[in-house]
Amino acid sequence: MIEQFLVQMPALVIVLPLLAAPLCVLLHRAAPAWFVYLITTWACLGIAFLLFVQVRIGGPISYAMGGWPPPFGIELRLDALNTVILLLVTGIAAISAIYAKASVAAEISRERAYLFYAAMLLCFCGLAGITVTGDAFNLFVFLEISSLSSYSLIAMGAKRRALLSAFQYLIMGTIGGTFLLIGIGFLYMMTGSLNMADIAERLPAVADTRTVEAGLAFIVVGASLKFALFPLHVWLPNAYTYAPSSVSAFIAATATKVALYALMRFLFTVFGAAYAFGELPLGEVLLVLSVVAMLSGSLAAIFQTDVKRLLAWSSIAQIGYIVMGFALASTAGITASVVHMVNHGIIKGALFMAAGALFWRMRTISLNDIAGLGKDMPLTSAAFVVAGLSLIGVPATGGFISKWVLLEAVMEPGHYGLAVAILVSSLLALIYIGRVVEALYFREAPEGRSVQGEAPASMLIATWTLVLANIALGLYATPLVGAAESAATALLGGGA
Amino acid sequence: MSETWLALLVAFPAIMSLVVAASGRWPNLRETVSIGTAIALFAGVASFIGPVTGGERPSLTLLEVMPGIGLTFTLEPLGLLFALVASGLWSLTTLYAAGYMRGNEEHAQTRFFVCFALAISAAIGIAFSGNLLTLFIFYEMLTLSTYPLVTHHGDTESRNGGRVYLGILLTTSIGFFLPAIIITYLLTGSITFDDAGLFGEAGLGVLGAGALYVLFLYGTGKAALMPFHRWLPAAMVAPTPVSALLHAVAVVKAGVFIVLKLTVYVFGVDYLAETGASQFMMWVAAFTVLGASLIAMTRDNLKARLAYSTVSQLSYIVLGATMASSLGILGGGMHIAMHAFAKITLFFCAGAIYTATHRKNVSDLDGLGFAMPITFSAFFIASVSLVGIPPMGGIWSKWYLMEGAADAGHSAIIVVLAISSLLNIVYLLEIPTRAFFHNPRPDTPRHWQEAPWACVIPLSITAAGCIVWFLYPLPFLTLLAPWAPQ
Repeated sequence: MIEQFLVQMPALVIVLPLLAAPLCVLLHRAAPAWFVYLITTWACLGIAFLLFVQVRIGGPISYAMGGWPPPFGIELRLDALNTVILLLVTGIAAISAIYAKASVAAEISRERAYLFYAAMLLCFCGLAGITVTGDAFNLFVFLEISSLSSYSLIAMGAKRRALLSAFQYLIMGTIGGTFLLIGIGFLYMMTGSLNMADIAERLPAVADTRTVEAGLAFIVVGASLKFALFPLHVWLPNAYTYAPSSVSAFIAATATKVALYALMRFLFTVFGAAYAFGELPLGEVLLVLSVVAMLSGSLAAIFQTDVKRLLAWSSIAQIGYIVMGFALASTAGITASVVHMVNHGIIKGALFMAAGALFWRMRTISLNDIAGLGKDMPLTSAAFVVAGLSLIGVPATGGFISKWVLLEAVMEPGHYGLAVAILVSSLLALIYIGRVVEALYFREAPEGRSVQGEAPASMLIATWTLVLANIALGLYATPLVGAAESAATALLGGGA
Repeated sequence: MSETWLALLVAFPAIMSLVVAASGRWPNLRETVSIGTAIALFAGVASFIGPVTGGERPSLTLLEVMPGIGLTFTLEPLGLLFALVASGLWSLTTLYAAGYMRGNEEHAQTRFFVCFALAISAAIGIAFSGNLLTLFIFYEMLTLSTYPLVTHHGDTESRNGGRVYLGILLTTSIGFFLPAIIITYLLTGSITFDDAGLFGEAGLGVLGAGALYVLFLYGTGKAALMPFHRWLPAAMVAPTPVSALLHAVAVVKAGVFIVLKLTVYVFGVDYLAETGASQFMMWVAAFTVLGASLIAMTRDNLKARLAYSTVSQLSYIVLGATMASSLGILGGGMHIAMHAFAKITLFFCAGAIYTATHRKNVSDLDGLGFAMPITFSAFFIASVSLVGIPPMGGIWSKWYLMEGAADAGHSAIIVVLAISSLLNIVYLLEIPTRAFFHNPRPDTPRHWQEAPWACVIPLSITAAGCIVWFLYPLPFLTLLAPWAPQ
């Protein structure tokens, strides 16, 4: 029985949320639906942890879906890289499930709350699916599952602008998804296979064709749209700003990371570093774009007056860091990418949760309206400060470790210009985080605001869990850096 | 002596800050806890004097932060000296702060004492750090824990001051110090402090080593080298005990201590002497010594004048490091202690004057000496010590610095030090002169009007310290024996 469970674990992380989603619809009530959501995400977190340990000890796992052996059937494949990502996705989902109850009760009407949880589960299922699958077309299917559900989740935002933002995201997201599909189609055309490992084997024979090159281009652009690489980022600020708080926290922490993972998977496992970064000048293109993303995103964040929008722009900048890491196509660079994916997921999750807690109390999140809340909501504000410091890269936080490994990676081959860009962007982060902190602690509360209390305990617990996890990763980063390093070695070794 | 004590001593003030926070409702208990913590900390640090002067280097690694890089504490003589000065003067500052904060009826006193304790914890962490990462962690912790102290008043002025404070310190540390650490790591594969320095076999070249040294020294914004010194005058908006803490106990002393530590344990004095990589920064420091003195002469606000005096005096210590001579390290180390005692006295006096009369400007002090004789006598003693003439302790550090400069063949630096002494006489001794010899303004009190005893006693003790260290400099010489002439 236990053995059977252990063997089926890779499938369970997808199947559980996929089955739980219709269950939520059938339950038709907010409270039980939330409970199903909570249990499912925590169960998946447990499974993800077991898978992580199993891969760390025993090496990659291959699971044939429905018993059809790859390359004919769909293969789920877990290795050093995607178990880390899966742990991040399930971890954030589980913690945001704790957070969601109070937040959803305040922002979404009771009659529709069960649908919200169903959509959250589907989104989670899609993200977990992208992470574990070893099949190119299957990846596209899961991408669409997560995208469609996130369009509807964003549209549930309280303001009417949420509808427009969701529509904007839908257009851009569909273009991205379609590009990805076209790219996968090209690969299928040339190799006759959809299994990633199988494509990788067959690709070198046909690598010098326009079709494969075009396929690579479509995949890169399509994925870049999904993770909002500058200049394909226009959908992101609105989507994050107008989505319900718990959705912003979950999607900001996970969705872009998973899309980034998908691109890394294609570039390193399917195409191979030598092809994508050696024969084609992809590295140079991505490095330039990542620098522009870092600087322009941080600069734009400085001028925002809405805290959620500010955090959204900051995300665009932080995605630049991650892209810069793997665009170096070195072990150190990919390590830095993976480390920052995890750290940024946790930091941004915490920041959006803190912002959501402020919103829960104030029903608005503009800098003027949250002025002086440092006194009324000390715990929420302190969480924002600590997570913000981590974003800047203050030592003893996860963000510092990210910065350290990334700087190490760019300075190793002597790219000192990139190092300067990273440092400048960090200092810009100091300014935009500083603006929020000043509003919270130093500005007088607006006239006529009655003194209010803290956010609900559940929201505080979730936020502080992420904040403390972030500090723990700052003081003891050896396991994370070690896992990221072995992921990087596997990617470069397996793909080349 | 057990190594575990190192970590406990670093954590002790931070843990006690929780007790301070919990006892916020009972001010007497709160201050007793603070002062008790300070004295216990000092005793704990002092218990290491024997082993360390005996040549031991207790070391402890708590966590492996990243593969191969740990959160490591190692105690060596310079760190012990800094820890002793910081913890010793902290107890006096706490006593003084209790008097000052109550005398001026300041708000949020509990937050004040909590942040004070955290800052000391960070300072001890810097003193004990065994590698650059540990040093950097506590360096930033010190910046962040003192920020609420600088912005204590919460008005526009202090917010602007705090912005400059945080802006410059974080910008220089993240912009310069962090890349310097990583470059060091990439070049040498190690960031652990080493008696022989790290760059011996790195083949860095004069220019490379010089550039890295510049990055490190400007990255240590707390050393207030021009042009990154603006934060120090900006931080003057804080209550006076905070200024005393910043200037004498923890913050700037941490900065110059780091400069010494980098010079000795990362680059190595011999390496710098051979390559001359530190020469550029030596001239920057010489410029800062004179430039800040000249600015100080133009400032009428007493605390601003003292702030620029600190900027100038800090560069004495940087001079000691950059002249790349072991006598310079000895002089710099001595000056950490001597300047600490003199400058804390001056700030205590400035705060006492403010508490008793609410006067902030030098030009308002005419004839005040007869109402506050103890305060102004202490001020006089500390000023003379900073000028560097007997019978005050300041002579020793200046002596060794000049000897070191002569030893390293930099006669120009001797001239700089001499001119700086003359400038000190002009802008520091003006103050007691005005107080005792100028005609008082009509509204100046003629009768005894000293600040509360909690303010006067600490400043008398530190002023007495200035004289005692002249007669008895042996403790410092013993600690700094590795750099003393044989």
